[in-house]
Amino acid sequence: MSEHEYVPKSKAAKWFNDRLPLLTLGAHLTDYPTPKNLNYWWTFGGILTFCLITQIVTGIVLAMHYVAHADLAFASVEHIMRDVNYGWLIRYIHSNGASMFFLAVYIHIFRSLFYGSYKSPREVIWIIGLMIYLLMMAAAFMGYVLPWGQMSFWGATVITNLFSAIPLVGDSITTWLWGAYSVDNPTLNRFFSLHYLIPFLILGLVVLHIWALHVPGNNNPVGIDIKKPSKDTVPFHPYITIKDAFALLVFMIIFAGFVFFTPNVLGHSDNYIPANPLVTPAHIVPEWYLLPFYAILRSVPDKLGGVILMFSAIFILFVLPWLDTSKVRSAVFRPIYRQFFWILVIDVLMLGYVGAMPAEGIYLVLARVGTIYYFLHFIVVMPVVGYLEKTDPIPMSISEPVLTGGAEPSLARKVNDKV
Amino acid sequence: MSKEEKKVNRRDFLYTASYTVGAVGVGAVIWPMIDQMNPDKAQQALATTEVDISSIEPGKSITVLWRGKPVFLKRRTPAEIAEARAVKLDDLPDPQKDEDRVKEGKDEWLVMLGVCTHLGCVPLKDKGDFNGWFCPCHGSHYDVSGRIRKGPAPTNMEIPKFEFVDSNTIKIG
Repeated sequence: MSEHEYVPKSKAAKWFNDRLPLLTLGAHLTDYPTPKNLNYWWTFGGILTFCLITQIVTGIVLAMHYVAHADLAFASVEHIMRDVNYGWLIRYIHSNGASMFFLAVYIHIFRSLFYGSYKSPREVIWIIGLMIYLLMMAAAFMGYVLPWGQMSFWGATVITNLFSAIPLVGDSITTWLWGAYSVDNPTLNRFFSLHYLIPFLILGLVVLHIWALHVPGNNNPVGIDIKKPSKDTVPFHPYITIKDAFALLVFMIIFAGFVFFTPNVLGHSDNYIPANPLVTPAHIVPEWYLLPFYAILRSVPDKLGGVILMFSAIFILFVLPWLDTSKVRSAVFRPIYRQFFWILVIDVLMLGYVGAMPAEGIYLVLARVGTIYYFLHFIVVMPVVGYLEKTDPIPMSISEPVLTGGAEPSLARKVNDKV
Repeated sequence: MSKEEKKVNRRDFLYTASYTVGAVGVGAVIWPMIDQMNPDKAQQALATTEVDISSIEPGKSITVLWRGKPVFLKRRTPAEIAEARAVKLDDLPDPQKDEDRVKEGKDEWLVMLGVCTHLGCVPLKDKGDFNGWFCPCHGSHYDVSGRIRKGPAPTNMEIPKFEFVDSNTIKIG
C-alpha cells in the first residue's frame, strides 16, 4: 500500500474520501511503486484487462441481437452478420477477441514461468490467475457453442462427454449438464446464461488478482526483492501506464489485423454449417487455444485415463509454487532451468500442433512424447533442477549490478538513472 | 471461561441446533436449483420413437433420431451375422455375445445408439478395420455387431430399450 498518507486537496473531496476512501485507492494505484526494469513481457496484464473489457462490451451488445434457441441461434448469428448495423464488426471483434485474450494470457503465464513470478510470496496471485484461466476456458468453450454450427454442437458433445468418464455417476452428470438426453436446446440455453455470467466472475477475480499483486508488489526481470519506494522503483503513473499503453497499441494493431483481414482464420469453416445431430464432422478440433490439452487427452488410449491426464495437465500448475525448489526466482540467473523452460515452450507448441492433426501414426507418437515431457517438466525437472542447479550470482538491487558478472550489462548502465 | 465450564451447555446446544436447521434449509433451497438442470417434462415426453422398417433391404441401415441422439437400425445379411458370431470373446475389450445384442428370432436387426462411447460422436458406417463403424473423432473401431474393437472408447455401442410392435415397426424407448 502507499507509503505516505494521501490527503485530498479540496474540502469536498476530503469529505467524500473520509466516508469512502476511493480517492485514496486512486492515489495508491497512481503512485504504486513499480520496479523500474519491467520489460514488455510485463505489459500483458494491462492488455488482458483490455481484452476482458472488450469481450464484456461486445458480448453485451451481441446479446441484444442473439437468440439462444436451437432453432433460431444459427440464423440469429447470421442476422447479426448481415442485418445488424456493424454486427459483423462487433461479432468479429468478439470471436477474434477470444483468441487474442488467450494469446495474451499464454504470454502472461509463460512470462510468470520464466521469471518465477509464481514463487513465494506471490503464490496466491498465481492461483487466482489459474482460476481466471480455467474460467476463461469455460467461457470460451460455451461461447463457441452459441452459434450452433457443426463445430459448436460436436465440440459441446465431446467436451460434455468428458464428464461421462467419471465412474458410476458420469452418465447422470452428463445428462444433468445437458438438461436433455443429448446436447440440445436446454444445453444451448444454459450455456448462454453461463457464458454471460462467467466474464463477471472473471472480473471479480481480476480485482482479487490485482489486489494480491499489490501486497508484495511486482516481480521483475531480475527477480529480486526490492525496497519500495526506492531508487529501484518508479510510480505506476505515468511510467508504467505509458509503457502499457504503447504495448496495447501494438497489440490492438495485430488484433485489428485479424478482425479486418482474416476474421475467420482462427475459426473452423464447419461452424458455418448448422448443427446436425446425425452427422459428426470428419475432423473435429477445438479452438486453437485448447489444442495442447486436446492432444494430451487423445494421447491416452483409455477414456478415463485421458480425461484424468488432461485435467491434471491444468491442475498441476496449481502446485507449481511448491514443485519449484529453486531459491532464485528469475530464469535469467538459472542457466539450466532456462534451457528446460524453452524445451517446455517448444513442447507445448508441439502438443498444440499435433492436437490439430489426426490422432494416428507419427502424430500419436509425438503427442505421447510431448505429454510425458510436459508432466516430467513439472514433476521431475522443476524440483530436481531447483535443487541441483548452480545459479549465477544475483545483483544486490536493480540499480546495482553484480560485480562478478552474470547479470545483464544493461543493469550497470541504469545506476545513474534518475528515479 | 474457566475450566469447569467447558462441558456442554445450553449455548452449545443452541449453536448445534441452529447450524443443523440452517444446513437443512440451505440444502432444501440448493436442491431445486440443481435439479432444475435435469431433463424437464418436455424432454422426457420425447422418450419413445416408432420406426417403420419395412423398406430396409438386407445389408442396409437407416439412422433415426431418438431423444436427440442417432439410432442405427441395420438389417444384417446372414454373412454379417456369421461374422459377428465367429469373433472370440477374448478378442473383445468389452466382451458381449452378438446374440445378447439383438432380439431372439430377429437376429438380422441390430438396433443401437449411434453414439461413440468415447466422447459421443456419431461413428461412420462401413468404415474401420472391423467391417463395422469407425468414429472419426478419436479413432475408435467397432465391429459388425457394434462392439468396440480398437481405440479409446471403453464399451460397445449401447443397445437402447426397443421392441417390435409388429413385423414392420420398431418402437425405441
